[in-house]
Amino acid sequence: MADVIEVNCETGEVTTRPQTDEEIAAQAAAAAQAEADAKAKADADAAIAKAKASAQAKLTALGLTADEVAALVG
Amino acid sequence: MATSTYNLIASQVVGSGGASSITFSSIPQTYTDLLVVMSVSTNASGTASANGTNINFNGVTTNRTYKRLEGSGSSVSSDSGSNIPVGTVNAGSSGVFSNQQIYIPNYTSSNYKSVSVDSVVEYNSSVGTQDLVAGLWSSTAAITSLTIYPDAGSFIQYSTFYLYGIKNS
Repeated sequence: MADVIEVNCETGEVTTRPQTDEEIAAQAAAAAQAEADAKAKADADAAIAKAKASAQAKLTALGLTADEVAALVG
Repeated sequence: MATSTYNLIASQVVGSGGASSITFSSIPQTYTDLLVVMSVSTNASGTASANGTNINFNGVTTNRTYKRLEGSGSSVSSDSGSNIPVGTVNAGSSGVFSNQQIYIPNYTSSNYKSVSVDSVVEYNSSVGTQDLVAGLWSSTAAITSLTIYPDAGSFIQYSTFYLYGIKNS
């Protein structure tokens, strides 16, 4: 486990110390939350992409040109 | 003679042992704004987009919120949450560092503290992302210290952090 580094801006002194148990637990919780947030975001982005593709297919089936579909759905 | 308005307060380069966090403490209260410039990578693994870095002030992790816009060159997305992310990093000790700037205006005032972040991470492949973050720390306390830490793993050797103070007069 890497140390915590603290730089005192007044004195310039640099202090290193091991992480406390509380800091280790907090970082583990943050890591788990970040992983969950990233997965939720990826799932949401995938759902949007799927809906966009479906909309594009339906518009094409209605007779819109590729340029027209792109103008509407990007 | 012109007055100096942009001064390096402190800096730190991470050594071979890595760092689980970097704290700048006892920040002088004599400037108007703060600017952190950093170049970092971590030894974390897992989902790339989860390998973020965060900032807190005065050791307090509550009352933080953000809105983020992220682009990859081929897609764009946005999200929000209850911390202040200061950029994703290229983890896994690949030797490719990401770059961030964190601007904190009026850090000594009794108003809530806004934070703006611009971040670029290059994965040394076809993927690269850019983040813009609007952060808010809803506290009236003056900022006397700030801590930057990765969501997972540790900052690796040669990660660098520079803290600047900017005066408006």
